Amino acid sequence: MSLLNDLINLDLSETPEKTIVEYIWIGGSGMDLRSKARTLPGPVTDPSQLPKWNYDGSSTGQAPGEDSEVILYPQAIFPDPFRRGNHILVMCDTYTPAGEPIPTNKRYNAAKTFSHPDVVDEEPWYGIEQEYTLLQKDVKWPLGWPVGGFPGPQGPYYCAIGADKAFGREIVDAHYKACLYAGINISGINGEVMPGQWEYQVGPSVGISAGDQVWVSRYILERIAEIAGVVVSFDPKPIPGDWNGAGAHTNYSTKSMREEGGFEVIKAAIDKLGLKHKEHIAAYGEGNERRLTGRHETANIDTFLWGVANRGASIRVGRDTEKAGKGYFEDRRPASNMDPYAVTSMIAETTILWKP
Amino acid sequence: MALLTDLINLNLSDTTEKVIAEYIWIGGSGMDLRSKAKTLSGPVTDPSKLPKWNYDGSSTGQAPGEDSEVILYPQAIFKDPFRRGNNILVMCDAYTPAGEPIPTNKRHSAAKIFSHPEVAAEEPWYGIEQEYTLLQKDVKWPLGWPQGGYPGPQGPYYCGIGADKAFGRDIVDAHYKACLYAGINISGINGEVMPGQWEFQVGPSVGISAGDELWVARYILERITEIAGVVVSFDPKPIVGDWNGAGAHTNYSTKSTRKEGGFEVIKKLIEKLGHRHKEHIAAYGEGNERRLTGRHETADINTFKWGVADRGASIRVGRDIEKEGKGYFEDRRPASNMDPYVVTSMIAETTILGKQ
Repeated sequence: MSLLNDLINLDLSETPEKTIVEYIWIGGSGMDLRSKARTLPGPVTDPSQLPKWNYDGSSTGQAPGEDSEVILYPQAIFPDPFRRGNHILVMCDTYTPAGEPIPTNKRYNAAKTFSHPDVVDEEPWYGIEQEYTLLQKDVKWPLGWPVGGFPGPQGPYYCAIGADKAFGREIVDAHYKACLYAGINISGINGEVMPGQWEYQVGPSVGISAGDQVWVSRYILERIAEIAGVVVSFDPKPIPGDWNGAGAHTNYSTKSMREEGGFEVIKAAIDKLGLKHKEHIAAYGEGNERRLTGRHETANIDTFLWGVANRGASIRVGRDTEKAGKGYFEDRRPASNMDPYAVTSMIAETTILWKP
Repeated sequence: MALLTDLINLNLSDTTEKVIAEYIWIGGSGMDLRSKAKTLSGPVTDPSKLPKWNYDGSSTGQAPGEDSEVILYPQAIFKDPFRRGNNILVMCDAYTPAGEPIPTNKRHSAAKIFSHPEVAAEEPWYGIEQEYTLLQKDVKWPLGWPQGGYPGPQGPYYCGIGADKAFGRDIVDAHYKACLYAGINISGINGEVMPGQWEFQVGPSVGISAGDELWVARYILERITEIAGVVVSFDPKPIVGDWNGAGAHTNYSTKSTRKEGGFEVIKKLIEKLGHRHKEHIAAYGEGNERRLTGRHETADINTFKWGVADRGASIRVGRDIEKEGKGYFEDRRPASNMDPYVVTSMIAETTILGKQ
């Protein structure tokens, strides 16, 4: 197919300076990513230079057929790793023609939380560990697993190498470089405990950009899996039984936690989170009860437990944070299919704004 | 899948200073290699400038779940032949948060032996001949062998060429260049006596670097077989019967053996090794008793004998060494699955420090 690749990789910089802009948004399920492209006459460096656009919301479960226009507001730009050159991806959120955020638009309220002066002062940082599972395309069974059967039990696969232990590395490595190219703050990758499952981390990102970067990194991942003929799943417990689930552990710190005496601030924040455990859990991803069982390095969904270096806890504090007396903590409760706008803003709200 | 390759091969130095570092360590079995990657803000060439990291030791059999952090200390840097650019591979060893080497960390005591003044003064050189077998992925039968059967008897395969005699040369050649690219001192390769079995040699390397280079060479080999969809085995006797086993013959010299009168020194050192035969054998690899039978170019595991040009001996001294009166000798006892940190340091300890 070399002629097709020649065309896909055409270097358009010789021809008039047009930019292709891929507008990305979240569809009606809250997890389905959608995108479409348009041509703009010149280079673009700032979201404010981009026009609003619209799409057919009746085709994504977000508007009725008789009044189907949903408006896209461009929010964050990233260089396009697929088209390269000057072309860009833009993360958008969604509004009615009257200018109201539609119900599935979680970014709007998150942005309000993050622009609250108390929250701005605390400069909240997020590091999100996104786990996901690769599935064979037509059978929806994990990549590398024998069809109609199971691989050997967990043990050999975490951070492993070898054709019998690591399935799909080319997707993971392509994603790593593509995200770096796109300017996403991807800080690392690793093979996970369940074979065919992988993780990448985005962060540290400040405030609303954590959500933007995680969503665009998910977009890039699913585009790459599409090229590879593989399906990506964000289900929190893709295979029942003695197989790990998939989470989106959210590491968090504020200015106060990062300074001298931060460890006490961390403990106080964790206490507040403990008082709102049920509310957080309700927003931490559909199907999480299948994952948070108390086994497979999770804490039971009804239990709120924190500990240093404890991977069976709801919240884990690293040994180095304890030792330094300051740093960050890890909320291990969010599922892989959580909405990062909802989770990041809720953590900020509970720990910074809420007074019990 | 050319687009996937475009992404994997993205040269990021045009868009960012960031560099990817793949941290490598040895897991709980003592032979399972593990790795994960992190993004660094710029190129690094000195291991002491790399941050320590940590991993989930409860997933590799190296720590309990309630206290799972194991700390990675970066020890040696190599260029990454897979990601290229300024990206690196980092060989690490493993410690508790308190700074103690964990039980499976064999590098720590080896490094202590190599920094002993008497050992350092003797400048011990190592040349390790790593043999290994390539296996078909799902059946775990050697590459090129008919399923449910055997190839013709050994004879035609040693250094052989041709589709009916050499199986997997693309892996072996890719490995050779990848190791040279990485900065590993790979000195040669050859096809072995058993079809599907190959050998590469690393050296001469001084002291602790022999272990670092061999482990990273093994890592690169298993990453390459992963790409090729083939499994690599370091089992010392992969196929029972009239088929050669796989060893890791360790060639060794010191300053004293390399100078005038060295041959007499060699004989004394071999005698010292003879007094500790059982202790060495115990540390020379699991399952070695299946390989060291006295047949197939080995000496029986319970026998210690040495000889010039004798491939049936425990220790062989080359004819050219005997003629010149100085040089090195070959310990043929170590199995292909030996730990080079243990073997190299033990040989130094017995021969230089005179451990009884």
